[in-house]
Amino acid sequence: MSIYNQKNFRMLAVALLAMGIMIPAAQADDDDRDERYGGKYGEKGEKHSGKYGGENRGKPVQPAQINTKFQQECSSCHIAYAPGLLPAESWRKVMNGLDKHFGSDASLDAQDNKEITAFLVSNASNRWSASTSPLRISETAWFKRKHDGHEIDPAVWKNPKVKSPANCGACHPQAERGNFNERDIRIPK
Amino acid sequence: MFRIFHTSCLALVAVAGLAAQPAFAETPDEILAAIHKEAAGTPGFQGFSAARGESFFKTKHGYEWSCSSCHTENPAAQGKHAKTGQVVEPIAPSANAERFTNPKKVEKWFKRNCNDVLGRACTPQEKGDTLAYLFTVKK
Repeated sequence: MSIYNQKNFRMLAVALLAMGIMIPAAQADDDDRDERYGGKYGEKGEKHSGKYGGENRGKPVQPAQINTKFQQECSSCHIAYAPGLLPAESWRKVMNGLDKHFGSDASLDAQDNKEITAFLVSNASNRWSASTSPLRISETAWFKRKHDGHEIDPAVWKNPKVKSPANCGACHPQAERGNFNERDIRIPK
Repeated sequence: MFRIFHTSCLALVAVAGLAAQPAFAETPDEILAAIHKEAAGTPGFQGFSAARGESFFKTKHGYEWSCSSCHTENPAAQGKHAKTGQVVEPIAPSANAERFTNPKKVEKWFKRNCNDVLGRACTPQEKGDTLAYLFTVKK
């Protein structure tokens, strides 16, 4: 092999390796397609890292290991929203105000509250860099961007089967398992 | 008749007292007996009334919701959370054997729902009347 050929071979090897890295990235969760436009939808002039002005949900949103108490208690009134949908400080606030939980008393005894809070906080969004901590998932920048008028026909929200933006399961049948993948969305007619 | 009810309740209270932990599974009658014991200590207590319980259950008490807003007018039927639409399994033990078998759960939900429906805690009389009613509802 001449020196010239060796050089070419090395370049080819590097190119093949690079492709090997690129291909899985291209097949990654399509929910993250606009990841590379980092900061595009961020607050004007704010210096947050990451998308949505730093108000980004975690990945994964639902940990592999589920806490039974979290599952049972939260799902008695609504789906057990995946902890990664909000930052740790939001969960602390929610769990601290359960006696006035969006107009209802959802209080727990001290021990159960402590256990569920610990689970939520340790699995909260790992991509949230903003200093904000909203109480509602639907108030976060990532949620608003993903559900704005470009993404969803405003008429969808008026469908009684959808009822409210809190009703994730209306369009994301696997929401409870933390699956919000675009491929699995079924908007009710 | 009230005397008979009282006596049988006292016997049930004695049985309930033997259970070491409140988290242990109990029967609906044992849970009612514990409430009865509490109510018996209040002045003028004359026992529980299913009829009073029924009207308490179906009436609003100055707030947006009544018990039946989520549990429906028929406690043996499946209900729906008035706000989220989440399914609420039947509240009458005749239709749902799990109901009123866990004192911790009973206490938790009375606290929450009385606050939502009445803006305060329920009295032992109100709780007892409600249970007396729910326990008479047939499937």
